[in-house]
Amino acid sequence: MKFERSTYLKIIFSSISFLLLFLTNNLFAQGSTSTAPTSVNAPTIAIDGSMASDAMWMGIGYNVLIFLLICIVIAILGRILKIYDLTLQMQSKKGIDWNKIMAMCFGLFLIVGLYGAYWEYTVHGSMILPDAASKHGVRIDEMFNITLIITTIVFVGTQIMLFTFAYIYRGSQLRKAHFLPHNNTIEKLWTIIPAIVLTILVVFGSLTWKSIMDVPVSEQRSALNVDITAHQFAWEVRYPGKDGKLGLKNAKLYSANNKVGVDYKDKNSYDDLTADEIVVPVNKPLRINLIAQDVIHSFYLPWFRVQINAVPGLPTFFQFIPTITTDEMRTKLDNPTFEYKLYCNKICGGNHFNMQKVFRVVKEAEYQDWLSKQKPYLNDQLKKELKMTVVQPADSVIKNKLAFNKL
Amino acid sequence: MATALTVNNPASVHSHEEHGEHHHHETFLTKYIFSQDHKMIAKQFLITGIIMGVIAMILSVLFRIQLAYPNTAFPFLETLLGRFAPEGRLDPNFYLSLVTIHGTIMVFFVLTAGLSGTFSNLLIPLQLGARDMASPFLNMLSYWFFFTACVIMLSSFFVQKGPAGGGWTIYPPLSALPKAMPGSEMGMTLWLASMVLFVASQLMGGINYISTVLNMRTKGMDLWKMPLTIWAFFLTAILGVLSFPVLVAGVVLLIFDRSMGTSFYLSDIVLNGAVLPNEGGSPILFEHLFWFLGHPEVYIVIMPAMGIASEVMAVNSRKPIFGYHAMVYSLIGITVLSFIVWGHHMFVTGMNPFIGGVFMITTLIIAVPSAVKTFNWLATLWRGNIRFTPAMMFAIGLVSFFISGGLTGIFLGNAALDINLHDTYFVVAHFHLVMGSAAIFGMLAGVYHWFPKMFGRLMDEKLGYLHFWLTFIGAYLVFFPMHFMGLDGVPRRYYAFTEFESMKQWLSVNTFITWAAIMSALAQVAFLFNFFYSIFHGKKATQNPWNANTLEWTTPVERIHGNWPGEIPTVYRWSYDYSKPGHDQDFIPQTVPFSQTMTSNLPHDFEDDPDVEKLQSEWIKQNSQEVK
Repeated sequence: MKFERSTYLKIIFSSISFLLLFLTNNLFAQGSTSTAPTSVNAPTIAIDGSMASDAMWMGIGYNVLIFLLICIVIAILGRILKIYDLTLQMQSKKGIDWNKIMAMCFGLFLIVGLYGAYWEYTVHGSMILPDAASKHGVRIDEMFNITLIITTIVFVGTQIMLFTFAYIYRGSQLRKAHFLPHNNTIEKLWTIIPAIVLTILVVFGSLTWKSIMDVPVSEQRSALNVDITAHQFAWEVRYPGKDGKLGLKNAKLYSANNKVGVDYKDKNSYDDLTADEIVVPVNKPLRINLIAQDVIHSFYLPWFRVQINAVPGLPTFFQFIPTITTDEMRTKLDNPTFEYKLYCNKICGGNHFNMQKVFRVVKEAEYQDWLSKQKPYLNDQLKKELKMTVVQPADSVIKNKLAFNKL
Repeated sequence: MATALTVNNPASVHSHEEHGEHHHHETFLTKYIFSQDHKMIAKQFLITGIIMGVIAMILSVLFRIQLAYPNTAFPFLETLLGRFAPEGRLDPNFYLSLVTIHGTIMVFFVLTAGLSGTFSNLLIPLQLGARDMASPFLNMLSYWFFFTACVIMLSSFFVQKGPAGGGWTIYPPLSALPKAMPGSEMGMTLWLASMVLFVASQLMGGINYISTVLNMRTKGMDLWKMPLTIWAFFLTAILGVLSFPVLVAGVVLLIFDRSMGTSFYLSDIVLNGAVLPNEGGSPILFEHLFWFLGHPEVYIVIMPAMGIASEVMAVNSRKPIFGYHAMVYSLIGITVLSFIVWGHHMFVTGMNPFIGGVFMITTLIIAVPSAVKTFNWLATLWRGNIRFTPAMMFAIGLVSFFISGGLTGIFLGNAALDINLHDTYFVVAHFHLVMGSAAIFGMLAGVYHWFPKMFGRLMDEKLGYLHFWLTFIGAYLVFFPMHFMGLDGVPRRYYAFTEFESMKQWLSVNTFITWAAIMSALAQVAFLFNFFYSIFHGKKATQNPWNANTLEWTTPVERIHGNWPGEIPTVYRWSYDYSKPGHDQDFIPQTVPFSQTMTSNLPHDFEDDPDVEKLQSEWIKQNSQEVK
């Protein structure tokens, strides 16, 4: 005991002396570079390298100092508590009952924690995405809400049980625990009830999932096809021309003028259009056809509950029906500059955090107007490169049976 | 006892004379470095794990600073990181490297090797009554492979282009094409090399754990008398042995793709304007191979923590663990199911929707055994006589995290919901709670609980309390708000939230989270001080400081080679006879035969053995007559 206390004291004294030394050093340093900022959080552009570096070390030293001070305060508090405890025991009273204090802390944590969870649900919960702007998204949101209600009930119930049990059944010399090795009835109950609840969730989840991902072939045929090629760190957009069909692509055909590698052996390619943004008509089935050129990317439109990976060598697609136009969403959110944005949601390199594209949902008329202004993918440079002289009329390719979407 | 099984245990035949210390002339090198003693190897794993954990934690603070202050320059970052933080701002590629290495170290080096390596090594022989592991030499190799893997992983910070940066899941083609990002150059090569060694280490460890559990249990220790810790370690080792080789297969093919021009994962690639010749490969193949390990891996991480929590909670509630058999069966259920759920990481990869549906079913089924475990823990606390040791606090914290994080798994396991939640901060919040915080709490509970068995001293209780509360509250403050960021569609692994108007509302939350993370990180100083100080100056422990039943507390405090000075004790009962009615003490160690506890024996104890039941009933009859 004596040994222990003396080492503690030694530590405290040596750290105090160390601190004092440190402080004086820092004070002197501050005198010489009094113009330099002291906070690490707001450094200015360094006029003088050494001055900035001094300031930096000052800032770090300052923070370390604060931390050491906190440590010392804690150590001293610990000592005081210990001494208090010992005096209590010397007066043959009961010492500090840490077991009880910890039990009370758990009780307190439960109350504060539940309030914290409530606060999170209401404050941060109001910052989440607005209602889905797509047909299937509404079903996802329903599924989400059902799951949220069930899990919140279980969350609150089990956490209350956990911490109240910890509080109520805190140890005491007077009591012996209740010897209860098992109870088959209750165990069966809490195996079967979660199983039933999960079965319900699985059934509804499967139905929702199937309805979203398993779009009937006939519906896929009637959808507007948009072709997206992802590469580091941009999305290339291609629309079908008048024939409504996208020409085939082949990554091997890549060139500076043919960035997505459109295959001109496929006659459907000739009238394809290129676009800088994705503009789609509202309430029309939309089929996004995806592929990546270099690494995996993910096509993520959170407002529409849409996400599918773009994988090199593996064409993927996602079909959905947007239901809220950008303008409507602007009014709804009371944000006149709002735009739907396409995120990349699969780590793809240094600029992953800024691989975006505007995704605009407009009325049909507006869409047609926009579409008519888009330029053909097959521009003059590409024609030259492909040694093409004649522009083929779009009508002649309609009869061609080669379709991109052989379904 | 008639029910005691005789186990063929070669180690128990050896007498003390063969194992006494005076036969071993141990040098510093054989005792502390190339030790073959399971307790020393456990300590080596633990301390290496702690050091790796601190490193990974510092990495997380670094990228949290970037997320909190994306527009601020921190000159000290440039001093610290040099070219990785030009002008005091983290390089975006280095940010990804930090995220990658943080994840890799935490998942593999801390929560797999640090957790299983420490406690399987320490407790399997001690709780089963074995002198050492089945193969002490293999055990030593396991540690040194692990150590080498650590060194290689950390060395990647010192190569020109920095460490691997493709995320801890290292999906190709990003990881396969050195030119795709700086983190896919030398750093990725080192990552892969490190991982191969790591898996070798895990296999050696795992084979050892399995063979020790199966062959070296002491007399009377049948499988159904093993503490839940051992069950957890045993099943974890089986999981590891069956799934880790698949990762190596995936990694080896990736190495071929990177350096030998093969196309296992590559097809139709145009990188920086160059068309690559690769054809016919599939990046999705890697995802399947990776997650075939990757998903069992999260159970490899959490199951030992569950085992430790079960043991610690039973000991400190002074109550038998509720539903011992259900606990074992749920562990077995998790083990089996964890092999057929990996596809839930791949719902939106373009995988056939039907397969996605199947994986959704298996994924949600695995929630059932998890729920059973949670309810059984709650029932263990119910009407207990709880002693709040720091270990117990951390075990309770584990249950709280496991509930909070487990419930969000029901969202993510649902393929329909995963469409919108995949790879968002919701996922980050989910796994950090359910396998990150919960598993680390299990590990810390284990450290506090078995510290006396490792070092013969006790850790300071008050500092333990401080450590617990700061970490517990800190972890919730860090991860709870992240759920809502995810529900707002904020993707993970974003270097800054500044480029999207819609994400700017989360900037202040990010600052808050960072400060909470810094607080929790600093709280670990309390642990580190407590740990290292107590090794040398902690209060001396008694032989059985927690009044526990398991065998490790029958070994002497001095922690001798061979564990028990004389014969290995025989086991007569399960390890959870706490507060048994009729017994004067609130615990009955496993080594106490039923013949010495006639007052407290229950019919259930005799496993339907008619002879013993007769003996007991005769004794009761006799005694009740005496009373009359």
